[in-house]
Amino acid sequence: MDNGTKIIEIQDLTRKFRQLTAVDSVSFDVYKGEIFGFLGPNGAGKTTTINMLCTLLKPTSGQATVGGYDIQKQRRQVQQVIGLVFQDPTLDDYLSAEQNLRFHAYAYGVPRSVREERLTQLVELVGLSDRLKGKVSTYSGGMKRRLEIARGLLHHPQILFLDEPTLGLDPQTRFHVWEYIHALRKQEELTIFMTTHYMDEAENCDRIAVIDQGKIVALDTPDNLKDSLGGDVVMLEAEDSQKAMLELEEKYNLSPQIQEQTITFSVPHGETFLPELMRGFQSKLVSISVHRPTLDDVFLKLTGRAIREQEAGAWEQFRRIMPH
Amino acid sequence: MAMETVLRAVWVIAYRDLLRFVQDRPRLIGSFAMPLLFLIIFGAGFNRVIGALAPGVDFVQFMYPGIVAMTVLMSSLMSGLSIVWDREFGFLREVLVAPLSRTGIVLGKAAGNAVIAIGQGIVMLALAPIIGVQLDFMLVLKLIPLLFIVSVSLSGLGILMASRMRSQQGFQMLMQVIITPLIFLSGVFFPINNVPVWLEVISKFNPLTYGVDAIRQVFLSGNLSSASGDPSYAFGVTVFGHTMSIIEDAIVMAILGIILLSLAIWSFSKQE
Repeated sequence: MDNGTKIIEIQDLTRKFRQLTAVDSVSFDVYKGEIFGFLGPNGAGKTTTINMLCTLLKPTSGQATVGGYDIQKQRRQVQQVIGLVFQDPTLDDYLSAEQNLRFHAYAYGVPRSVREERLTQLVELVGLSDRLKGKVSTYSGGMKRRLEIARGLLHHPQILFLDEPTLGLDPQTRFHVWEYIHALRKQEELTIFMTTHYMDEAENCDRIAVIDQGKIVALDTPDNLKDSLGGDVVMLEAEDSQKAMLELEEKYNLSPQIQEQTITFSVPHGETFLPELMRGFQSKLVSISVHRPTLDDVFLKLTGRAIREQEAGAWEQFRRIMPH
Repeated sequence: MAMETVLRAVWVIAYRDLLRFVQDRPRLIGSFAMPLLFLIIFGAGFNRVIGALAPGVDFVQFMYPGIVAMTVLMSSLMSGLSIVWDREFGFLREVLVAPLSRTGIVLGKAAGNAVIAIGQGIVMLALAPIIGVQLDFMLVLKLIPLLFIVSVSLSGLGILMASRMRSQQGFQMLMQVIITPLIFLSGVFFPINNVPVWLEVISKFNPLTYGVDAIRQVFLSGNLSSASGDPSYAFGVTVFGHTMSIIEDAIVMAILGIILLSLAIWSFSKQE
């Protein structure tokens, strides 16, 4: 990673939809060559931010440059230096894979001299050479995603935006997609800006920004984020959660969080804390465990919600989308 | 830079729409089915009852140029539907994040559609000998620019309707509401110079009327002039007592097309 050059600079970027402030005065930089992870619960403002950076949405206020170009005043230049893979497919199902790629090459004005070679090379990279003539409607979800990754790179972008690149893919395909991403970064000196729901995938990022309710609540390397929790994570279930919470707060001076019966908190040294807790804890315990912090724990600590539950909690999502 | 992104957008959008059209066989067939059904069923139903509408022109011959115009109308509004389709299935995002001018995208849709419309018009010519309409080389030569103007104008209408629509069902509802009066009040099925005044007035505000009139004049001038000595055109559309010529019809359509396309570009460019 080249620590010197900023490739994306964002300053006080804000976007409002009527009453709701989806992105609230966000500022951060992305450096050339890094894999930058952008995490947050649903409705936190991830997609809105990406849409502004890739010129699909106009900011209400604030500014940003992508590849050195202003996202409002130099839209064409921005569009030329970015590649995009969206959460939902944006392929033309009725055309063949090759026709989809050709369309993209023409649309971005890829010179004829490099077009064919580039196309062949990328299709090989994502392993679709033998299915190039097939209609996209016959492709599986994983193949479509791979095709979109190849397409997003066709015009030699400097920055690749990946919005949930592995959502809905099986573990094996997810693994392959990540292989491509790493291979690409080496070959192309790409900067990758991505969002994901999978915390184990976020470990692949050089740096991670966590956004919640439109604001950046943390930005650091995965290791530093985990260290910031201050030691090990203890998860326990008690017969009376409320009583146990109170006891942990008052007797042990901790700040526990509760999530569907499971109480979570951090202590500097889990191994020595557990025996101590066992000796003096009044509430009846159902289960207890201790582990080194993961990004899931970081996420829970920062946003008060586990990221997994986002997929199920429809009511929660609804509540968050609605203006308060 | 600016001009280049417009031209590139026009060609790449038109290219893709044409590719889609030739590969989509149901649409290829469907685009002819409805007009042909009208021609066959209305023709069989009314031809003997109505007989000759003017010397040398029976009902089927009268209706046939109108059906050609109707085919153009249908495929032009389809260019709007394809935008809604692309929005629903995501492909529109690929188009909108590409370094293409929005003006160029709209013009590309219209251009691709014009090629399709001209192609359809030429295929419809195959029916002329069966129906008894005289064809000659000049007719085809006049027909092509006319089909171009009519289709580009009506694409403007289709794209304008589609520029903000999010669901295909919604668009198709709107299309039904617009298409039916547009076709029935355009003189496709009956001459509008011999109807109640209120109907005549509405028809003259219908842009398709002038497209139908121009195409009909091109097709029937051969039949009319050979059948009767009267050079005046029997079904001509008169505006303030003046019978519209082909050129005047074309100008009306062109002006209307410029207005509709400008509105379509404006509306399409403003979307996020």
